[in-house]
Amino acid sequence: MNNHPFTHLDALESEAIHIMREVAAECANPALLFSGGKDSIVLLRLAEKAFRPGHFPFPLLHIDTEHNFPEVIEFRDRRAKELGERLIVRSMEDSIKKGRVVLRSADQSRNAFQSVTLLDAIAEFGFDACIGGARRDEEKARAKERIFSFRDEFGQWDPKNQRPELWDIYNTRTHPGENIRVFPISNWTELDVWEYIGRERLEVPHIYFAHMREVIRRDAGLLPVCHLVQPKEGEKIENVMVRFRTVGDMSCTCPVESDAVNIDEIVAETAITRITERGATRMDDQTSDASMELRKKEGYF
Amino acid sequence: MSVNENVPFEQGELLRFITAGSVDDGKSTLIGRLLHDSKSIFEDQLSSITNTTRKRGMAGVDLSLLTDGLQAEREQGITIDVAYRYFATPKRKFIIADTPGHEQYTRNMVTGASTANLAVILIDARKGVLTQSRRHAYLASLVGIPHLVVAVNKMDLMDYSQKVFDEICKDFAAFANELNLHNIEYIPMSALNGDMVVDRGDKLPWYKGVTLMNLLENIIIDHDMNLADFRFPVQWVCRPRTEDTHDFRGYMGRIESGSVRVGDAVTLLPSGLTSRIKEILVYEGSIEQAVAPQSVTLTIEDHLDISRGDLLIKAGGEPPRVTKEFDAMLCWLSDQSLDPQRKYLVKHTTRIVKAVVSGIDYRVDVNTLKQETVDTLKMNDIARVKLKVQQPLICDDYERNHATGSFILIDETSNNTVAAGMIVSLQK
Repeated sequence: MNNHPFTHLDALESEAIHIMREVAAECANPALLFSGGKDSIVLLRLAEKAFRPGHFPFPLLHIDTEHNFPEVIEFRDRRAKELGERLIVRSMEDSIKKGRVVLRSADQSRNAFQSVTLLDAIAEFGFDACIGGARRDEEKARAKERIFSFRDEFGQWDPKNQRPELWDIYNTRTHPGENIRVFPISNWTELDVWEYIGRERLEVPHIYFAHMREVIRRDAGLLPVCHLVQPKEGEKIENVMVRFRTVGDMSCTCPVESDAVNIDEIVAETAITRITERGATRMDDQTSDASMELRKKEGYF
Repeated sequence: MSVNENVPFEQGELLRFITAGSVDDGKSTLIGRLLHDSKSIFEDQLSSITNTTRKRGMAGVDLSLLTDGLQAEREQGITIDVAYRYFATPKRKFIIADTPGHEQYTRNMVTGASTANLAVILIDARKGVLTQSRRHAYLASLVGIPHLVVAVNKMDLMDYSQKVFDEICKDFAAFANELNLHNIEYIPMSALNGDMVVDRGDKLPWYKGVTLMNLLENIIIDHDMNLADFRFPVQWVCRPRTEDTHDFRGYMGRIESGSVRVGDAVTLLPSGLTSRIKEILVYEGSIEQAVAPQSVTLTIEDHLDISRGDLLIKAGGEPPRVTKEFDAMLCWLSDQSLDPQRKYLVKHTTRIVKAVVSGIDYRVDVNTLKQETVDTLKMNDIARVKLKVQQPLICDDYERNHATGSFILIDETSNNTVAAGMIVSLQK
C-alpha cells in the first residue's frame, strides 16, 4: 500500500473521515465544534482530508465561556481564517445577560454552563448534528457513548436508551428539534492525538508546550494565576515549568509540570504518563465520581 | 515483565476484540489484568478503585471495578450494553468492546462483535463448556469474527490441572466443529493471579503455547479483509465549482474491500455504465493505487451521473447482486417487536431504502441451535428472514464481504435502530 504499512493512525484517520462524510451526506444542517484545543485541531485536519478540494459542508462553532486563554482564542480565529471556513462564536456572556445562565459568583467555573449556550446556539441555527472532539478514553461516561450520540429535544443524553451502533453503519435520523453529537475521534487516545499532531505537523497553541508560568498549588493540582485565579490566604505564587494537557476554562484547567517543549517530547511524556488527562487537569471532573455523566445528561458535549 | 516499554509506537496496527463471558467467569478481572499488566491503568483510576475496594470491605485491588461504569449502573447493579476500552503495547493498539452478560446478552454481543477482529470466550475451568459458552461461540460464528480464543480461566481453582484443560478444549472443539468454526486457540489462565495473561507465571509449566497478550500482539489480521473484490460505495460527491476546480467532480468514499489503480476499468452500479479511474486523490496529493480500508476521492474518465448510494466495482471479478429481494439473518435489537405489516428503513452501505420483512423462515434458539417457527421477533431474537426492498440493493453475501453484506433496520416512526442484518445467499 504505497509502500508504507497501514498503521493504527491510518485506520483511525480513515474511520474518522468516513464518519464526517456520513454526517455531511445525511444530516441537513451540521456544525463542527472548534475550540482551538488539540482535539478539535485534529478534527479540522480530518475535515480537510474528508472534503478538500471542496469547502467544509458545515460551519465551525465555538461556545466561548470568555474564560478562555487569550492565546487559544487568537489561534482559533487565525486557524479558521487560514482554512477559509466560516466560524460562528456564541458567547456565554450573552446567555448570562439574557438571564439564561445565572452564576453564583463571577469567577465560578463556567464549564458546566456551556451546555446552555450550546443548546441556544443549536436552536438559533437549527443544527441537527454537532461534530465534536470527545474521546472515549477520557472518562467512563464517554466510554459508553456512541459515535453518533443522540440527544432529545432538551439536549439530553440518555445512557440507558442509546441506539445500538453496529459495523460502521450509522443511524443519523432525527426528528425536528432533536440533534446528534458526532464524535469522529471516539476511538482515539490522548497518545494517538499527539502522534497524529506530530505526523501531520499541526500547529497547536503555545500553552500546550512547556513554559514558565505563575501557578498556585491547590487541592493537589496547579492552577494558573490570572484575573480569575488569585492566591487565597496561605497560598503562594510560584514560577513553575508547566504545560497544559487540555485547554478550557482558565478557572478550572490545571497545567502539569513538564519540560516537553516540542511534539516529540509531548508524545514521549504522554506514552509514560501515569495520570489520566482529565484526572490531572480538570477540577470540575473531580467533584464526584459521576460529574461528567451528570453534565452530559444535561446537554454537555 | 512489562509489555509497555514506554516508547511511542506509531507503526503499530489496530486490533479490535471482544470479550465474551459473564462476571462469574472473571471477565472483568481479565480485562483489568490486561490493562494493569500492560501498564494501561492510570494512577488516578487505580487509586479510585482501591478506595472503592476498601469501602466495600475488601483488601487489595478489585480489578473488576475498572470496568464498572455509570452512576445509573452502580445504583441498579446492572451494566449497560457496550463500553469501549483502549490500551496499547509497542506492537499494537487495542480496542476492547466490553459487553456485559445477562438477559440482553445477544444484542450486546452482536453489537460488540460487529467490528471485532477477534473474540476471547471465557470459560470457568470449574464449570467447563456451558450453554452460554455455546451461545457465545454461535454468535461469534454468526457475526463472522475471524479469530477465536478460548480462555480457560480460574485454573488456580482446579490446581492448574492439564487434564481439566484438555477436557474443556475437547468439548469446545466438538461444538465448534458443528458451527464450522476454525482458527481457535486455547489458553489456560488465572486472570486473578495473572498467569498466562500478560506474564506466563510459573504454575502452568505443561502449557507450551503463548500468553494471551502475546497472541493478541502477534496474530495476523491483515488477511481477514476481502482484498479480492473492489467495492466503493459513493458517500459524497465533491463539486467545488471554484475558478481552478471548475470541472472537478470527485467521488468520495471509503474502499470497503479490494484495491484500485489508476487506469482500472470500473462499473457503476446499479446503472451498469462503465468508465476508467482517472485519479486517486488523498489530501497529500494523487496516488497510483489504494487499498481497503482507505478513504479516498476518485475521479473517472467519463461524465457519468453518479450520486451517493451508487457503488463502483472493477470489471471482472465476482459481481455483487443487484436485487430487491434477499434472505438475511436478523438480530432483533429493539424492545418493540417486529411488526410484519409495517415498513422499515434499511440502511445498507450508503443507501437507505424502504423495506418489509416478508417472511420469517425460522428463529434460532441460541442455546440449543434448534430452529423454531415464530410469527414475530422480540429483542435478542435471531432469525432467518426474507426481505423485500423498494429500491434495489447492491449486495454481497455477508460471509464473503462484511461491508456489502451487512445492514441495519430503522423504525421510521421512532427513528430507532431496531435490527441488524447479515445477507445470506439464496442457495443455503
